Amino acid sequence: MEAIKVHYDVPGDDFTRAGEASGMLKRYLKKIGFAPDVIRKVSIAMYEAEINMVIHAHGGEIDGEITPEKISVTLRDQGPGIPDVDLAMQEGYSTAPDNVRSLGFGAGMGLPNIKKYTDEMKIETVLGKGTTVYFSVNAQ
Amino acid sequence: MITVEQLARELGGEFLAGEAAKDREITGGYAGDLLSWVMGRAKEGDAWLTVMSNVNTIAVAVLADVACIVLCEGAALEPDARTRAGEQEVPVIGTALPVYEAAVRLGALL
Ligand SMILES: Nc1ncnc2c1ncn2[C@@H]1O[C@H](COP(=O)(O)OP(=O)(O)OP(=O)(O)O)[C@@H](O)[C@H]1O
Ligand SMILES: [Mg+2]
Repeated sequence: MEAIKVHYDVPGDDFTRAGEASGMLKRYLKKIGFAPDVIRKVSIAMYEAEINMVIHAHGGEIDGEITPEKISVTLRDQGPGIPDVDLAMQEGYSTAPDNVRSLGFGAGMGLPNIKKYTDEMKIETVLGKGTTVYFSVNAQ
Repeated sequence: MITVEQLARELGGEFLAGEAAKDREITGGYAGDLLSWVMGRAKEGDAWLTVMSNVNTIAVAVLADVACIVLCEGAALEPDARTRAGEQEVPVIGTALPVYEAAVRLGALL
């Protein structure tokens, strides 16, 4: 079977719409019939990465690839980049500004959650150019 | 087995949105207001006790697949959050109880 490809554009700085792409992919995976725990892992990881793009990088683009064996998601932004990825991966590290903290963001748990719920995770980042987050979840 | 509707009654609460899904079963609980903690730690089927009432709360509830949101301390549900919760059928129970008190009552039911 050929891989199914999906694409979403994520507008920046719109916290009311943030999470929409993750919701759409979740409904789609449900329709295809993936196991609930697989769908939940993908949903959580994608939401964290999507919201990071909105909060920290003025939005971006998401490409997903779905096969019966695994679901892979790549999120690309043209934001400021991450100066120290190891530091950013630590639980509790956050540079979230006050206005988004008051909405419940900024625990510094988003990237660790992606790591926790996925089978593979990669971050490529260039300062001043942008960040690409890739992850995959095995479906079998 | 306890349902969202039973929990609402036990908390002296009312449905602020998503009543259509009131028969969903609750299998556990999680309390917290920081969204990524909830994403990382709440389990599917939990009742989520919080005072956070914006549209992102609803998104997290949907994606983490919790059974319901319990909005404690009489916190008001923001209008766009109410709309989203209705669309996505996320039950939101409003109660005047503090988070701790609501958790104690939930624990007694589970
Ligand atoms: N796409 C991105 N572009 C630039 N910086 C990022 C990006 N994603 C994450 N970061 C940086 O990494 C830090 C840690 O991210 P993480 O998602 O773990 O926490 P957070 O977004 O600050 O808070 P939380 O996700 O818990 O609400 C961020 O505070 C930010 O400095
Ligand atoms: Mg984050």
